[in-house]
Amino acid sequence: MKENVVICGIGYTRIGEHWDKSLRELAVEASLKALEDSGFDHVDAIYVSNMMSGMLQEQEHLGALVATYLGLRGIPACKVEAACGSGGMAIHQAFLAVSSGYYKTVLVVGVEKMSDRTTSEVTLALASAEDREYVISTGATFVGLNALLYRAYMLKYGVRQESIAKFPVIEHENALNAPHAQFRRKITLEDVLSSPLIADPLHLLECAPLGDGAAALVISCEEEAKNNKCDAVRIIGSAAATDILSLYEREDLLTLYATVKASQKAYEMAGIKPKDVDLLEVHDAFSILAPISLEDLGFAKKGEGWKLIEKEEVALSGRIPTNTMGGLKARGHPIGATGIYQAVDAILQLRNDAGKNQVDNASVALLQSIGGVGGTVTVNILKR
Amino acid sequence: MSVPRYWRERVTKYRLIGAQCTNCGKSFYPPRKVCPYCGSRDLKEVALPRKGKVISFTVIRVPPAGFELYSPYLIAIVELENGTRVLAQLTDVDLSEVKVGMPVEATFRKYLEHGPSGIIEYGIKFRPVIKGEDK
Ligand SMILES: [Zn+2]
Repeated sequence: MKENVVICGIGYTRIGEHWDKSLRELAVEASLKALEDSGFDHVDAIYVSNMMSGMLQEQEHLGALVATYLGLRGIPACKVEAACGSGGMAIHQAFLAVSSGYYKTVLVVGVEKMSDRTTSEVTLALASAEDREYVISTGATFVGLNALLYRAYMLKYGVRQESIAKFPVIEHENALNAPHAQFRRKITLEDVLSSPLIADPLHLLECAPLGDGAAALVISCEEEAKNNKCDAVRIIGSAAATDILSLYEREDLLTLYATVKASQKAYEMAGIKPKDVDLLEVHDAFSILAPISLEDLGFAKKGEGWKLIEKEEVALSGRIPTNTMGGLKARGHPIGATGIYQAVDAILQLRNDAGKNQVDNASVALLQSIGGVGGTVTVNILKR
Repeated sequence: MSVPRYWRERVTKYRLIGAQCTNCGKSFYPPRKVCPYCGSRDLKEVALPRKGKVISFTVIRVPPAGFELYSPYLIAIVELENGTRVLAQLTDVDLSEVKVGMPVEATFRKYLEHGPSGIIEYGIKFRPVIKGEDK
């Protein structure tokens, strides 16, 4: 790596049903806010993270589209896609571009717009994160695949569902104080377990909601950020890994190998261990992904991640505050934008701008972004 | 799914054809050119065993576009007798009767209809092995 890489601007919309805004309008809104926050008025390249614009908006070529609507004619721009993990992967690509010295400043903007389509259309589109020909053709859904994991986890480790279903309860509590969150209301464990089953044993309130949103980051080399007097946070580790795409083909269903591999690389690059992390953003598209991710990232032994949830060690006041603005479940999960929102939420904490949810003396944050059922995982580590 | 896309996969799907790696001995479904476990390119196509057991299962209650008529239905990871895993629907069984470890066997079934003049997709589902009929 030639250059130290920093994030020096953030911008985002609230997550929800934006009936009055198009995909491009959301992307432009977040991008302009991030540029304004950074103080830069020009960037050298744009990475647009998005999963389903082709299927849901029948619109591809988002790089040129966003560049056009930002008035940035001529600069290189492209879409980065790794299913629900597109955001983390786009940050990783931006990190590589800036750390190489080739670009000095880039814009990463994540955007997804789901509310224009019916739930069954979105369900089919989301399922394209798995093998369309041999898995999705059977009628399996993305929720269903995570439900297979859930049942296997409870059975193997003898865990009660209550110990895992508590995670969304903690996240909803955090989202109460997050102005950009989709769901700013409290829920109880009883609410979760009495909500309708979507794919047994996964209940509705254990699944991240569908929503629209866009979030953007201005990423630059440290020197540029200094010249521009930016409020910058350094990316000290960035790594991505893949796993066998289909869950059913993995010998160990309960370890997301790509999380293990990407986090080991990112820790090594950053020169830190899990105990040095102050804040965590895990990709909890479904409640079960929280305990598994806590284990695979090195915060709990295999089969014991649920204990951190049961003992509320992941709450704001706990040992390892996790998803401090509500995570995918309560802040929201606009697929391609989600990894960017994770960075935004962590940066609000690291800048001491997290309001009532501020974690004291937060210095190091780890972000985990999952594509598919762990087919791709990116881990980015930020430091203030 | 488009007609040629469905047609290309018919043999693999109808007959449950997989591949076995001559290097590490593992077999997998569907067949491919490189072993996903050891990277060897020395593979041979094999007809997979038709019996196995349920590793994990779920009930799909919010189906994707096209499957609305069939919901709720069961999806399972099945481990075949030689260790190969497949993902398929379970059929001929009550939702409440399925258990992890349950012995199942492959059966040829309808998957999906594409409207009144479209194709009908077929493939393998798994049903419980009934004692006494188990030969
Ligand atoms: Zn092999």
